[in-house]
Amino acid sequence: MSNTDLKVRVWRGSQEGEFVEYLVPRNPNQTVLDVVTYIQRKLDPTLSYRFACRVGMCGSCAMTVNGVARWTCRTHVSQILQGDSLEIAPLNNLPVIKDLATDMREFFNKWKGAVGFFKGNQTRHDDFAKIEPNSEERQLANAGIECIGCGVCYASCEVLEARPNYLGPAALNRAWTLTNDVRDVQQLERMRAVAGDAGCHACHSQGSCTERCPKAIEPTASIAGLKKLVARAAVRGSKWGKL
Amino acid sequence: MSAGVLQAKLWYAQRISAMVLGICVAIHLLIIFYAIRGGLSAQEILGRTQGNVLFAIFYEVFVLACFVHAPIGLANILQETFPKTEIARPLSWILALMILILGTTAVVGVYTGGQI
Repeated sequence: MSNTDLKVRVWRGSQEGEFVEYLVPRNPNQTVLDVVTYIQRKLDPTLSYRFACRVGMCGSCAMTVNGVARWTCRTHVSQILQGDSLEIAPLNNLPVIKDLATDMREFFNKWKGAVGFFKGNQTRHDDFAKIEPNSEERQLANAGIECIGCGVCYASCEVLEARPNYLGPAALNRAWTLTNDVRDVQQLERMRAVAGDAGCHACHSQGSCTERCPKAIEPTASIAGLKKLVARAAVRGSKWGKL
Repeated sequence: MSAGVLQAKLWYAQRISAMVLGICVAIHLLIIFYAIRGGLSAQEILGRTQGNVLFAIFYEVFVLACFVHAPIGLANILQETFPKTEIARPLSWILALMILILGTTAVVGVYTGGQI
């Protein structure tokens, strides 16, 4: 072991497992993903993890590093190093398939459950929808639209630990952007889907999702928007009808 | 009423009762500061509250806001802390009724001075 080696504890196993320590040479400008890749290529080829683009576009390399969910490709070791140690684990709140790879099906199924997909009523023969860039709806949709579905917010959410069926910040953020899409025709169904114990009103506004989002999106604000909209729709009705 | 609509209405009720509580607590604290200037005795308190309709109305509003607000919050906490049990609803109802009955009894008590 040289003085510049990193002590890296990596989760091995599935739901049941243990941390195994590896020694990885320290390099300048090294990212956490570089560290994991080094372990797999040089030390233990059986290590499983997930990545694709390496530049913060795909959202597949998120892991829990030193207890915090992050994109490993955009996290420099120097930003988070505590002494000479790193601890790398799979994302929280998701079943672990093996080592650092989690099963994301439930996460994406919840997007579908929150009616987090677009449905319009125009065809290619109709003219383009004209949305004023400065309109309130467009601005509200813009605020949350850059989500790439990495699961960092989902893994950081304390409510999900207590309520595993909670839809989660990413799905609700997507629902909110679509609520502000004036072309979408499923607004009532979406409000029904995000109401209830597993929906927006379960959020405690603790804000971990907003704190940790690598894209600086604010799911807490999106969920607050849904809370008001859905509650008003339940009591007084909305422009799309009453819940 | 579907579970989702009920949850949304409860959230609304809790939010509005929180606004009422915010005002009530502020007034209540001011009254406390005012009331304890010359020491605190039951006689003095009853002297202020007995037969005072405004006092009675204010504190009954306070009781009603607590009656709405606290049980909804407790139900959420119980639901999350003990998700596999069915205790959230009954316990919240018990708390709600206790707040309403004990609170209203207290309001009637200081209004009448224990005459009834």
